[in-house]
Amino acid sequence: MIGWKIFYLLVFPGLLFTGVLGLIVGWVDRKLSARLQFRVGPPFFQNFNDFFKLLGKETIIVKDGIKSVFVAAPLAAFGFLVLISTMIGLALFFHEGFGGDLFVIMYLLMIFSVLVILGGSSTGNVYSSVGSGREIKLLLADELAFILICLIPIIKSGYQIQLRSILEVQSVQGPFIGSVSGAIAFIIGILCIQAKMALPPFHIPDAETEIVGGPFMEYSGPLLGFWQLNHYMMFVIFPFLLILLFLGGFNLHGIGIIWAVLKYLLIIVIMILIKNTNPRIRIDTALNFFWRYAAPLSFIGIILAVFGV
Amino acid sequence: MTINKIPIGPFHPLLEEAEYFELKVDGETVVDIDMEIGWMHRGHEFISEMKTFTQSIYLVERICGICSTSHPLACVHAIEDIDNIEIPIRARYIRTLVGELERIHSHLLWLGLAGHFIGYDTLWMWVWKYREPVLQMFEIISGNRNHYGMMRVGGVAKDVDPVSIPDLKKNLDMLDKKMVMVANVVRDDPVLRSRLKGVGVLSHDDAVAYCATGPTSRASGVPWDVRRDEPTDAYDLVDFEVIVLQNGDVYDKMVLRVLEVIESVKIIRQCLEKLKTVQGSILNNVKEISPGEGIGIYEAPRGEVFHYIRSDGTNRPIRHKVRAPSFVNIPTYTVSCKGIPVADALITLASVDPCYCCTERSLKVVNKENDPCSIDLLKISREKTERIRREINGSK
Repeated sequence: MIGWKIFYLLVFPGLLFTGVLGLIVGWVDRKLSARLQFRVGPPFFQNFNDFFKLLGKETIIVKDGIKSVFVAAPLAAFGFLVLISTMIGLALFFHEGFGGDLFVIMYLLMIFSVLVILGGSSTGNVYSSVGSGREIKLLLADELAFILICLIPIIKSGYQIQLRSILEVQSVQGPFIGSVSGAIAFIIGILCIQAKMALPPFHIPDAETEIVGGPFMEYSGPLLGFWQLNHYMMFVIFPFLLILLFLGGFNLHGIGIIWAVLKYLLIIVIMILIKNTNPRIRIDTALNFFWRYAAPLSFIGIILAVFGV
Repeated sequence: MTINKIPIGPFHPLLEEAEYFELKVDGETVVDIDMEIGWMHRGHEFISEMKTFTQSIYLVERICGICSTSHPLACVHAIEDIDNIEIPIRARYIRTLVGELERIHSHLLWLGLAGHFIGYDTLWMWVWKYREPVLQMFEIISGNRNHYGMMRVGGVAKDVDPVSIPDLKKNLDMLDKKMVMVANVVRDDPVLRSRLKGVGVLSHDDAVAYCATGPTSRASGVPWDVRRDEPTDAYDLVDFEVIVLQNGDVYDKMVLRVLEVIESVKIIRQCLEKLKTVQGSILNNVKEISPGEGIGIYEAPRGEVFHYIRSDGTNRPIRHKVRAPSFVNIPTYTVSCKGIPVADALITLASVDPCYCCTERSLKVVNKENDPCSIDLLKISREKTERIRREINGSK
């Protein structure tokens, strides 16, 4: 039994699966963005090459920085992402629980942002600290809307908080996106993901042309490689979470496999299109957007969900 | 209130060239900005005084990689001003044609970079793709995609082959269609509008007080354009409008540049039509330049570029002064950057389309004994480096 758990954590659906799929989807992202911009784009193995190249590079640690936090932040973030992906993947692929529910996942995802903030502010660099400050504000902005839309599937599944139970209810009732509240939550969910992954238009914390990469500015070598891997792994985790909560999960038998791939690609393509058709917005605009429009809309979604619409 | 200092430069992804700005910020709001120029020593004016007139035209072409027609054009205007040299009419049209093509290529380059600075990489790549026909037109006309070497005292170096005019027109049509599309995108995109509207405002009075030129001043409602107000070359022979917008923010500067591109396309169309019919020589052979001084101005893509040349009757200038438009546009940051967030400050810095290599001047100090070599630049530079090192070590 313990052997299986280690297998889940390290091979499928945990570390190896999420890492490899993340790097592949990262390539899809880069290639599609490039084609949208009339560029050629990178070859298939580019992300793997980048990651393994960075593993062999020298890590330069800032003299004035807090070394332990600086080194621990990307590795801990990587660990948390592996844990989250295992929990989501087990529910999706094996319909099993991993001793955690939706609230645990919401907490763990928040810890990831906190680790970005810690890693950025440990260096003492002015750009990194401005970037960390922006990450805090962005977290405050998107977190409320994200929590609210996570409550909608809980309400709709009859107050079940286990991922497995949410899936079971959907397999009986049909995916939650079919209802009004589910559709609202799905749309806001994609925007929240965009903000949580710091993709355009919400790439405010690591704005390259303003603050030179923000929190990740001082990172180099393997540690930078892990930050990048974390970023690509989120291309797996967040769409899987949305599929689990709103699109009814995966049915890996026969034609269901094609549906699973299509569902995943749909979310990825929407994210890439949003990413490529928007300039970076200001942090105050982002706060304004999430607090004034997204959060009240998700609250309306919750009310609708309570009434079963 | 604690004031943090955010250094921008000397090397920063926003700036293609070495330049140092210090933003003094309170939280995310810029309260003051400090500029430090002098990171590049090239000595163009000094080198020009050692070259012949013809050679100095090629030299000033290398002042800026983007204004590589504006500087030579202003330079030949200055030299021609000394002797009031007449230019053949066909050469005037060719000069205008090349100058306007350069304006298009420079404005599109800026538009793409502006997209990159606000994190809109798709706009960047698309606009730079549409810039490609311009470079091809340059190649058809002059044989080069950059640094065209077209200008001569008394005319131009190379004629436009009538056979190539349909080809040029085809490229121009392609560009025209895309530019109308880009203009619509820039004016209609709600996200772009909300991002740039009201950002980095330079008021009309400030634009006048800081002597801003070019798109920077025209976006603030100062209707000054050398092409219309002091026409040289063929500008009094073609129809065009001077675009003037009133708000003075980054958004207006962006729209203004796109509209100017469309106007430039109009001018180029007229020039190409005229080149079909107007025949004659393209170069008035100038044997020598008499003693005297001349002033040449031209509306470069960034504003008015000014060249002053003094001749003593020999074959080389004894004084050559260059004033690039960025030299007057860059100080407007002190008013336009105050009180705005850091995220807006950077696009405001980029909005005047600063060209630091045009602007930078080094000063050679001559002491009282009139010994020209008493202080050399290398020594000054080393002393400055040493001083900065001491300051950094002292602050730790």
